[in-house]
Amino acid sequence: MSARLPDNYPRIYLYRRLVQAKIFIDTHFSERIDLNCISDEAFFSKFHFIRLFRQIYERTPHQYLISVRIANAKRLLASGMSATDACYAVGFESVSSFTSLFKKQTGSTPSVYRQQQLDLQAAIRKAPLDFIPNCFAESNGWSKTAILKKPPSE
Amino acid sequence: MITKLNHVSVFVLDQDSAYDFYVNKLGFQVHTDAAMGPGMRWLTVCPPEQPDLEISLMAISAGMMFNDESAAQMRELVSKGTFGFGVFECNDLVATYEELKAKGVHFKKAPKQEFYGFEALFVDDSGNWFSLGQKK
Repeated sequence: MSARLPDNYPRIYLYRRLVQAKIFIDTHFSERIDLNCISDEAFFSKFHFIRLFRQIYERTPHQYLISVRIANAKRLLASGMSATDACYAVGFESVSSFTSLFKKQTGSTPSVYRQQQLDLQAAIRKAPLDFIPNCFAESNGWSKTAILKKPPSE
Repeated sequence: MITKLNHVSVFVLDQDSAYDFYVNKLGFQVHTDAAMGPGMRWLTVCPPEQPDLEISLMAISAGMMFNDESAAQMRELVSKGTFGFGVFECNDLVATYEELKAKGVHFKKAPKQEFYGFEALFVDDSGNWFSLGQKK
C-alpha cells in the first residue's frame, strides 16, 4: 500500500530517507551524534537535508534532537533520576547547557520539574479520585473510600 | 456555553498494550496513570500538542460499566474494527504515515487526496480506527 501524493509533494523515497533520519534521532539521541552523522544516515548533503527536514518537521534536525533529548530527560526526571544523571543519560555533555535548554523549553529548571512531577505522582497515589472526572469514577464503582493496593507504574 | 472537550474515552482490549501503542508508537504523553485497586487502572494520554485533551484508554472488563455479556460483546465489536473514534491531525501526512508504518502501525488506507482533504486511516492495537489528516 503506497501513498498517492499530490503533485507538489517531494518524492516518496525522499520522505522515507527523512523519516529514517528522524527515527535515527529518536533511537540514538543519547549518543554523540551530529548533523553530518544524521545526514549521512539519510544519504543527503548536509544543507539539502536540513532544508527538507525543516520543510517536513518545522524545525531543524538539531532543534529536533534537542527536543527529543529534553522530552526524554523529562521522562527520566519524572521517574526520580537526578538532574545531573538525566543530563548525561540523554546525551548532553554539559549540565549548564542542559539546564538552560531545559528551562527554555519547559519553563522550569530540571530540579524543579523533577520535584513537581514526584509531588504530582505522590498526590495521585494518595488520592487518585481527585484526578478523575466523577462520572467516570462512579461508572466504574470507584469510591472515595477505595483502598488502593499499589501505586501506578510500579 | 460549552467551551471545550477535555476527556474522551477509547475502549481498549488491554491497557498495557494500549499504553505501548499510544505512547511508544504514536508518541502521545501519559497524563494520568493511577491504580484504582486490583485489576483497575485509570490511564489517560494526550496528543503531544494538546495537553488539555485527555484520551482515557478504558479497559473493557466486566464491572460497573459492563456486565459479563456486554463486556464480551464490546470486546468482540472493538476487535472486529467496528468503531472509528476520531480524527487526528499531523503536520505532514506522508511523513507521519511512513514513520508509523515503520513502527508497525497498521493502516486501513494509505494517504489519499479526497474531496474533503488529504487522509489516511490507521488502526490501534485493539481494532479501533482513526482518520489521520494533515494540518492545512
